[in-house]
Amino acid sequence: MSESLDVNRTAKLFIGGKFPRSESARSFEVHDQEGNFLANASLASRKDGRDAVVAARSAFSAWSSATAYNRGQVMYRVAEIMQGRRDQFIAEVSAWSSIEEATIEVDAAINRWVWYAGWTDKLSMVTGSNNPVAEPFFNFSIPEPTGVVAGFALSDSPLLGLVEMIAAAIVSGNTVVVVASDRTPLPAVSLAEVIATSDVPGGVVNILTGYAKEIAPWLASHMDVNGIDLSGIGDSELAVELERSSAQNLKRVLRPNTHLDGLSRVKMWLETKTVWHPRGY
Amino acid sequence: MSTSHNNDTSVSGTFEVPDLTSNAAMTKFLFGLPGVDKVGLEERAASLGTRSIKNSAKAEGIDLAISMIDLTTLEGMDTRGKVRSLCAKACRPDPMDATVPQVAAVCVYGDMVGHAKEALGNAPINVAAVATAFPSGRASRRVKLMDVQDAVSLGADEIDMVIDRGAWHEGRYLDVFEEIVAVKEVCGDAHLKVILETGELKTYDNVRRASWLAMLAGADFIKTSTGKIAPAATPAVTLLMLQAVRDFHRQTGTVIGMKPAGGIRTTKDAMKYLVLVKETLGDRWLTPDLFRFGASSLLNDLLMQRQKLSTGAYSGPDYVTVD
Repeated sequence: MSESLDVNRTAKLFIGGKFPRSESARSFEVHDQEGNFLANASLASRKDGRDAVVAARSAFSAWSSATAYNRGQVMYRVAEIMQGRRDQFIAEVSAWSSIEEATIEVDAAINRWVWYAGWTDKLSMVTGSNNPVAEPFFNFSIPEPTGVVAGFALSDSPLLGLVEMIAAAIVSGNTVVVVASDRTPLPAVSLAEVIATSDVPGGVVNILTGYAKEIAPWLASHMDVNGIDLSGIGDSELAVELERSSAQNLKRVLRPNTHLDGLSRVKMWLETKTVWHPRGY
Repeated sequence: MSTSHNNDTSVSGTFEVPDLTSNAAMTKFLFGLPGVDKVGLEERAASLGTRSIKNSAKAEGIDLAISMIDLTTLEGMDTRGKVRSLCAKACRPDPMDATVPQVAAVCVYGDMVGHAKEALGNAPINVAAVATAFPSGRASRRVKLMDVQDAVSLGADEIDMVIDRGAWHEGRYLDVFEEIVAVKEVCGDAHLKVILETGELKTYDNVRRASWLAMLAGADFIKTSTGKIAPAATPAVTLLMLQAVRDFHRQTGTVIGMKPAGGIRTTKDAMKYLVLVKETLGDRWLTPDLFRFGASSLLNDLLMQRQKLSTGAYSGPDYVTVD
């Protein structure tokens, strides 16, 4: 029997459903916890960030108007494919932790996807309301997605943190641009491959690998980004600058060092629309 | 940039105006034009598209491109209100920034000319009307000329006519020629742009021939496409037509304008076209009098890029008008 070839994967960006290299043609080395070389990853530039926002914006209309049922099915499919690649994820995550910890993280990440997938058709019941008003109107409030959400992943939770960030935003119909941690980007690249093969429309999730410090200021000041998740930004000086430029177009900001999960995280990226409907009597 | 491959087959030698009354002579003349080197042409157009234009040059390029736009709406569902809002945008492209230049013209169907004139008032913006049974050109000569007459009498400053591609493919070049001559006569003072519809001419050789035929017939501008057929304007076909304009100028001294239309949507595209003009015809043609972009969505992208340059932050579609 012949020996099989050693086919190494090139870790690329994920923009608009495609896997381009960085337009800057740069890459950076990824090392494991002991400092051993793992792979070269694409080093995204501000222009890749710009392209990702354009992709996310153009995907927004179809994704946000898809039925909740459809979004739930698509998200559940992501968890299915993740389950199929469980061993690969464990191997990748364990480059920065023990096998046991990695297993716990990967299983939790898969469970979390399923958990979020279940929320698509329940959100409006739980976060919306019928409001009593002293006028002849039927008054109700319904949640709507914020728009394009940008986020920066934590390095100490290479998969679970990323899943939390992405799933909580897209569950309600937002589209996202996420910059993976520069220390632990490989699980993010694998997650991109999972998402690309799970019926998630191109552009709904865009994943960049590179330095948050380089890309974040451009996404924070970007007038076409509606929400920004700074929970993974450790550098407090950078965080202040990002919050400041986010104010320009009144982005929703998830502040640094905030730990939100579950429904409260989903609610972060919702707008409330209140409708006064005449009752006619 | 490759210099080894020179596609630039100029039309040189002694130029003789063909007998303009005989189809045989016209055919002989057109087929006597040098053949187009497809590979060389496309390579040159692509290589001119790789220039990096930054900062102040880009800012100037954006303003120049805005001033060259024929802001266009050519839909069956055009309403008077749509034309009015298009005219308002032509006068003041960015409501938040008065330093943005006005566009060169608005381009509408003939029946909208009066409404466009009224909406534009005294603004120095031309009204261009498409005519001659645009976009197909399938109507009798009589109807086509009435179409032109109608638009001119409503006050159109420019007429965009289509050539008869059917006659072209039948080899009736003289008919195509005579139709342009007849339309030009009806135009009077209105400028005539002749649309070749390059997507339907099929070959680069045909594009070169049709360019020459239109220029001989009295076109003030030659224009690539209606925007209704794919492919519309491409850098290669535009370069080829620019070369025809240059050769015609060298041979006859007559200055003709050029208008690529259709499919030009981004600032990056527009910059590439400006480079083509500069490198083929020189600075003299870098003016709205001699070069236009037929476009609608291009303007919004130019405005967003302009906002990016002035504020330093990326802009988005929320900050330009919805057309």
